[in-house]
Amino acid sequence: MKWIEADFSQNTSVVMATYQEFIQQNEERDGVRFSWNVWPSSRLEATRMVVPLACLFTPLKERPDLPPIQYEPVLCSRATCRAVLNPLCQVDYRAKLWACNFCFQRNQFSPSYSGISEVNQPAELLPQFSTIEYVVKRGTPAPLIFLYVVDTCLEEDDLQALKESLQMSLSLLPPNALVGLITFGRMVQVHELNCEGISKSYVFRGTKDLTAKQIQDMLGLTKPPAPVQGRAPQPQEHPGISSRFLQPVQKIDMNLTDLLGELQRDPWPVSQGKRPLRSSGVAISIAVGLLEGSFPNTGARIMLFTGGPPTQGPGMVVGDELKAPIRSWHDIEKDNARYLKKATKHYEALANRAAVNGQCIDIYACALDQTGLLELKCCCNLTGGYIVMGDSFNTSLFKQTFQRVFSKGLQGDFRMAFGATLEIKTTRELKIAGAIGTCVSLNSKGTSVSENELGVGGTCQWKICSLDPCTTLGIYFEVVNQHNAPIPQGGRGAIQFVTQYQHSSGQRRIRVTTVARNWADAQSQLQQIEAAFDQEASAVLMARLGVFRAESEEGPDVLRWLDRQLIRLCQKFGQFHKDDPDSFRLSETFSLYPQFMFHLRRSPFLQVFNNSPDESSYYRHHFMRQDLTQSLIMIQPILYSYSFYGPPEPVLLDSSSILPDRILLMDTFFQIVIYHGETIAQWRQAGYQDMQEYENFKQLLQAPLDDGQDILQTRFPMPRYVDTEHGRSQARFLLSKVNPSQTYNNLYAWGQESGAPILTDDVSLQVFMDHLKKLAVSSAS
Amino acid sequence: MNQQGHMASYGQPQPGYQGYQQFGYNNQHSAGVPTTQYGPYNGPVQGYETTAASQGPLRPASGAPPTSLPPSTAAHSTTYSQYGQGDIQNGPALTDQMQRFPVSQSYMSGGQPMPYQQYAPPPSNAQQLPNQMAAMQISGSTNNAPPPVSQSYGPPTSHHQTTAGFPPTGPTVYTQYSTPVQNISTNIPQAGNPPQHPFPGQTVPATTFTSPPTSMGLTGMNLSPPAGVPRPTAMHGPPLPGPSQTGFPPSQPPIGHYPPQPNHRPAGPQPGTGMPGVVPGPPSQGFQVHPTQPSQGFIPQQNGSFGQMRAPQPNYAAPYTGTPSYSSQPQQQQKRLDPDSIPSPIQVIEDDKSNRGSEPFSTGVRGQVPPLVTTDFVVKDQGNSSPRFVRCAAYNLPCTSDMAKQCQVPLTAVIKPLATLPADETPPYIVDHGETGPVRCNRCKAYMCPYMQFIEGGRRFQCAFCSCVTEVLPHYFQHLDHTGKRMDYYDRPELSLGSYEFLATVDYCKNNKIPNPPAFIFMIDVSYNALKSGLVHLLCEELKTLLDYLPREGNAEESSIRVGFVTYNKVLHFYNVKSSLAQPQMMVVSDIADMFVPLLDGFLVNVNESRAVINSLLEQIPEMFGDTRETETVFGPVIQAGLEALKAAECAGKLFIFHSTLPLAEAPGKLKNRDDKKLINTDKEKVLFQPQTSFYNNLAKECVAQGCCVDLFLFPNQYVDVATLGLVTYQSGGSIYKYTYFQAQADGERFLNDLHRDVRKVIGFDSVMRVRTSTGIRATDFFGSFYMSNTTDVELAALDCDKAITVEFKHDDKLNEDNGAQIQCALLYTSCSGQRRLRIHNLSLNCCTQLADLYRNCETDTLINYFVKLAYRSVLSNPTKTVRDTLINQSAQILACYRKNCASPSSAGQLILPECMKLLPVYLNCVLKSDVIQPGAEVSTDDRSYIRQLVTSMDVAETSVFFYPRLLPVHKMDVDSDDFPVAIRCSEERLSKGGIYLLENGLNLFIWVGMNTQHDLIQSIFNVQSFGQIDSALSALPMLDNPYSKKLRSMVDMTRAQRPRFMKLMIVKQDDKMELLFKHFLMEDKSASGGASYVDFLCHMHKEIRQLLS
Repeated sequence: MKWIEADFSQNTSVVMATYQEFIQQNEERDGVRFSWNVWPSSRLEATRMVVPLACLFTPLKERPDLPPIQYEPVLCSRATCRAVLNPLCQVDYRAKLWACNFCFQRNQFSPSYSGISEVNQPAELLPQFSTIEYVVKRGTPAPLIFLYVVDTCLEEDDLQALKESLQMSLSLLPPNALVGLITFGRMVQVHELNCEGISKSYVFRGTKDLTAKQIQDMLGLTKPPAPVQGRAPQPQEHPGISSRFLQPVQKIDMNLTDLLGELQRDPWPVSQGKRPLRSSGVAISIAVGLLEGSFPNTGARIMLFTGGPPTQGPGMVVGDELKAPIRSWHDIEKDNARYLKKATKHYEALANRAAVNGQCIDIYACALDQTGLLELKCCCNLTGGYIVMGDSFNTSLFKQTFQRVFSKGLQGDFRMAFGATLEIKTTRELKIAGAIGTCVSLNSKGTSVSENELGVGGTCQWKICSLDPCTTLGIYFEVVNQHNAPIPQGGRGAIQFVTQYQHSSGQRRIRVTTVARNWADAQSQLQQIEAAFDQEASAVLMARLGVFRAESEEGPDVLRWLDRQLIRLCQKFGQFHKDDPDSFRLSETFSLYPQFMFHLRRSPFLQVFNNSPDESSYYRHHFMRQDLTQSLIMIQPILYSYSFYGPPEPVLLDSSSILPDRILLMDTFFQIVIYHGETIAQWRQAGYQDMQEYENFKQLLQAPLDDGQDILQTRFPMPRYVDTEHGRSQARFLLSKVNPSQTYNNLYAWGQESGAPILTDDVSLQVFMDHLKKLAVSSAS
Repeated sequence: MNQQGHMASYGQPQPGYQGYQQFGYNNQHSAGVPTTQYGPYNGPVQGYETTAASQGPLRPASGAPPTSLPPSTAAHSTTYSQYGQGDIQNGPALTDQMQRFPVSQSYMSGGQPMPYQQYAPPPSNAQQLPNQMAAMQISGSTNNAPPPVSQSYGPPTSHHQTTAGFPPTGPTVYTQYSTPVQNISTNIPQAGNPPQHPFPGQTVPATTFTSPPTSMGLTGMNLSPPAGVPRPTAMHGPPLPGPSQTGFPPSQPPIGHYPPQPNHRPAGPQPGTGMPGVVPGPPSQGFQVHPTQPSQGFIPQQNGSFGQMRAPQPNYAAPYTGTPSYSSQPQQQQKRLDPDSIPSPIQVIEDDKSNRGSEPFSTGVRGQVPPLVTTDFVVKDQGNSSPRFVRCAAYNLPCTSDMAKQCQVPLTAVIKPLATLPADETPPYIVDHGETGPVRCNRCKAYMCPYMQFIEGGRRFQCAFCSCVTEVLPHYFQHLDHTGKRMDYYDRPELSLGSYEFLATVDYCKNNKIPNPPAFIFMIDVSYNALKSGLVHLLCEELKTLLDYLPREGNAEESSIRVGFVTYNKVLHFYNVKSSLAQPQMMVVSDIADMFVPLLDGFLVNVNESRAVINSLLEQIPEMFGDTRETETVFGPVIQAGLEALKAAECAGKLFIFHSTLPLAEAPGKLKNRDDKKLINTDKEKVLFQPQTSFYNNLAKECVAQGCCVDLFLFPNQYVDVATLGLVTYQSGGSIYKYTYFQAQADGERFLNDLHRDVRKVIGFDSVMRVRTSTGIRATDFFGSFYMSNTTDVELAALDCDKAITVEFKHDDKLNEDNGAQIQCALLYTSCSGQRRLRIHNLSLNCCTQLADLYRNCETDTLINYFVKLAYRSVLSNPTKTVRDTLINQSAQILACYRKNCASPSSAGQLILPECMKLLPVYLNCVLKSDVIQPGAEVSTDDRSYIRQLVTSMDVAETSVFFYPRLLPVHKMDVDSDDFPVAIRCSEERLSKGGIYLLENGLNLFIWVGMNTQHDLIQSIFNVQSFGQIDSALSALPMLDNPYSKKLRSMVDMTRAQRPRFMKLMIVKQDDKMELLFKHFLMEDKSASGGASYVDFLCHMHKEIRQLLS
């Protein structure tokens, strides 16, 4: 990973060193990247900045250096504020008072803080702890819960591979984790895990949706008349019941291993010309219902493994007739996808239920055709679950990705957390417009909530049912300070992120991040603001907005909107003479932004051409959850060139980089493509690498492979690995990504320097920029 | 007096037949309208003649002789063969008399003492007499005399025939008579019966029987004859143990009366003629007879009757007056009828046994009445179906609907298409007509059968049912011989046999797909009650071995039936027992509101392949639920589950449901306890028999459509609403078993035996039965366990070898005497291996224009079977009182019609019954007293529903014994022979305190021990010292190595083997509290629930008849 960052630091090295460092430091410490690091001080100016004041926030940014604070945070006593004591607060050590920096309420320290003084400050007041984590001792730590929901309508070897993966996964789970198993095909079976001899399962028909109450009744989970009155989740109180379906791994791993081993393919015959009947919709519903009943408000992972689209019951995506293919973008555009709306509604309802309960849904979909991710995606998008898409369970892509779900962090904890709520507090000049990411609104209206929504808005609290150290939200703000009002007191605006979550150890924790930025008058201090522009963060934040819109709007509209934003930005911050495109210049801090937009326009997040609806959903899902670095790779893949002429070097994502004597390594986040140039390929075919005298050639061949492996080893989900060469069909992965600077339309490039022409009508970056300049300088717009 | 008269008449008819006749005759003669005639004839002969006379239709007075003759002929014919001379002599004169008698038995209402006399006559059996004769005679003191008499009678009978309906033929007949054989042949043409004779050599006995019976009936109709039969038994009795004699005390008094008898007889007959002078004649006959009888001990009976007889007889008029008084019993001299003087079922049964049991019954001749169901006989299929498959109430149908209406005799057949045949009879052959399927009539689609007439040299055939001419397909063509028969007549079962099977082609299959082999699904209640009673343990243990006995096709090595298992309480548990699994898998379905099958592959498996898994499952089921506290159960979803499973597997099959409680759990088909004894005898009583929800109706419909049969084993501790739970079972052709207060220890044997039999029995799935008839009649109504979606097709999810279907026919046109009436029953079914087949049963019946013929060819047991089913269906829509009244009314009409149209004119006070129906009153009374339509206080609603359903699919043999139980005097058994002792009548009076009796009705089995039973007998049977030490809780007899124990145990075993259901043995000690229950089955006595005794009921019937006549 290191070198990737290096790569970006390269890209951004032009930015003022100070801001560059500042940004990086902030990101490392707080997991926050703002689009603007100096804030325009009035609403009007802010809107003229085009790129909204927003930030990418990674709530659980890995911070091995954080001390565990074993007490509860100190809260502002104002009922509408409840901000957490932080380094930005003014403290009167003598009076033992502190002033809330958000509402200016003066608060008395509690007796336990009686020893406080300038030299004896609690950690939360130390400036380096602008991000701090409290370990709260409320309640007993709940074990993690993993509920496997397994599709049995698979090919024999697929099922076998899946079974093995699942069996293997048992050894990766914490021993006290509770696991459960639901299998489904035409029917849905909830397996009881504590039985000896006969294995027992509860069966549900796959065509009928059931309420949580019904499910619990049918599973016999409602025996104790009133489970728990209080909201406190206390599964321990009725372990006998829940334990029938959810058991500690250590207790039943043998049982479960056998059970998985005996798992049969769905026994219902599938006649010719039919798809197997697959009841994914009901299966998820039952999984959700089961956990709702037995583990309310407890973090849990529902892991759906499916090998095809739901074909019956609520949430069906396609009928079982093979002659009726699953919906394509074309069908959707023509409003010809008859199950789409109903299915989406079904899964949305489920996802919301799960989210309310703090449980997430993962989808591991492995099939050559679509599996209905378009409809199912909200299950993951709303709950923070993963989507993994592969061709087969019998691929290393799935196997390793699945394994990586259970990977551990630097401190030996699972890189996952559950049931988080993120609350944001702002100083009064700011309001919260919304968030974009794998979260749902908790509909908590407060004074700091803006009426204008960007993303999921109308609230200052969100639920993130599952998050890992990478999970990143885009959070959008609105400056509400009036145009003629003075720059706010203190000159700084502050934002506090309070994230309460269930740590993988079962502990409840609260992470508090408090950040502040300077205000600047956009009219007089535009330079400062301009210099504090974070074009990477902005690109990602704008992209998230675009993708968010694309979910509900027509693709072209979104592109037009993006274009307009870009043009406006260029008009605002470009330097040019009216109607003279050639005179157009952008400052360093903006220079890369148009290029990001160019690639974003071409990305699968906004372009559905050549992608199935499922693929689009998959790509978008990951784009919405990854941190800035990964997001940027997704927007603009990075390309490395290996040759005999020097060490590997990053090259332009351009067709001109495709040369016969180079090996290219492209990382699009979802794919790792190794491309051997024509000559290299010929050499390889001739077997030079096997000759001792060409050891260096062998090494050259090996280098990109090793680097590719490095990426493969660490990334989640594991990328598709493509090893191809000039003229091979799989070279398309590369050719579709590079800037088509040479196409059959501009033949002049032929025979020139080199590079490969791309057979496309797409505009090249050059053309794009030309247009941009023209429009930006046009007096008409 | 009147009674006496009746008695006499009975006696006569029977005697007419043969040896019996003698006795009977004597007695009958007393009744003897014919006496006058007899007088003229040979003395002894007279008796016979009288019988003839008794046939009544011809009544001398009317001069009817000719008409009456025909009927009598049948009976006579047999005799003819034997006694050519006699015929000649008696010929003319006799005929008249003969005819009368055969037709009617006249019961005297008043004469109680008389009965005994009747016994003497054994007459009822006259038909079968030839064989019986001997026996009878033996029993009777007057062996010698009788034979001659019988012979002489014989002739007379023959005469009757000739003289009777066939004046023209008469002469020829006579000539023929000289040579018996010829006569026979002639007879044949004349009457239905004759045909039998033609085959004197082989069939003679049988044929004679058949014919005689009718004739006998006619002649012997008088009650006395039947009474006579019992006598003999009684006779036996006395000799053996002392006590038995006590039972028969009545016999003694009769003896005293003997002298009078002779007089009476003569008198009786004479009066009939109205000629005083006649009197002398009769005496002579009477005397002859009497002497013999008295000596034998018949006398006693006769005596009694005589005493009465005399008075009435002398003046026929007088007797009549007497009869009126009869109706009002009190007025009569003797208020009570002597039970021995009224027709005795035992006598009839025994007579039939001895007359018809020894010769095979060949079905070649149209319209033959088969032996009684109680008789052990062999059937030879010669073109009509065995009575084991089809048994009719009337074998000679009235030609017109007017006649049918007039006589009120229901035209009905009891069909048991898959009946089990005894080992010495060949099961129906399987015929394969190749790809084109069975050859059928083009129009009515009747299947090829012996009645089809090949014409045009065999190129076409004419349908016997609709007369349509159909082209014979080339592959089926065959030349005809000179008689018009196909050359391959004997090679093709469908041309020469009454019953056979066709292999069906794919056209006969559902969805035009060859069916999959059927499946059995065992569905076990595992709620608290079922486990506590030990049911689940017992059942699971048993299933392990039972699965080896699934029905298999022919010699197949293993059954192709697949099995599946489900347990349930409030939810259902399916089991995956796929052979590849190490352990069975349980799948719980708790969505009972919307039942489905959770798995397909692995649910229904081949037993041998999955044996290990199945055994493991059966081991674990009792353990798994051992500590259950679940008491609620569902029921509807259980059936739905089975149904869905079969649907999913695309096969037919059977569900074995073992259920313990009222399904109270919230689910489709949930029931509530709605038992209400207060409704009994109100207009709302019918509600108790109706299902409480329509849910099960619809479910049943679906089950039938899928070929899903439901067998229900109930183990209730309280009300479970059998009426509702059993509905699906009932409509899907399943069986229901009920074990109230089941305890594995006590009832296990019964349950396991029932289960074994139920699992193993021959069964056809997914069946449709269609009954086709020749033009003129039509099957209009069906009774049994099945479902009908239209008016012609009887749909059966499954049909097993124990299920019978009663069909009623109605006229829709005129029938023709020459053509007769044909019935073809076709059953399309899937065999246990999945083969699709058609079983065809054909039966041809005679048609008549004379009611007498009808009455002479009836089968009371079948009639009762029909009545029961009719009544048991009516309780669903009518108050039981109405049902009872309807039954009585119809029976009265039947008998009144006979009396009016067929019996010789006699005093209105005389009860005259057709020979064939002389048991109608007693049996009818049993039906009327049954728990369903006249429940006692201790009978539960469930039991009533249970019995109602049970009876509805019973065949004739079952209903026969069910309503009139068999009561065997154990202490009289002959330990050296295989035979059972002769049964005694079901009345407490017949029980001796010193005896041990075995009573069974197909459902219950009792051993009653009298308190004075000899100690050594008790010792050898119960292995205890004294009566007091007998443990009445014994569920089985101790295994002792002595002839008494062995014999009794073998009797119990054999009895059980004869019945479709295992009967639990109950030991009842005299005066024990259990005795009440036992007494419930003594059908001739008054019942605790208010049912009339036989005697009382007979009087009541007589009154009814008289009312109808006046």
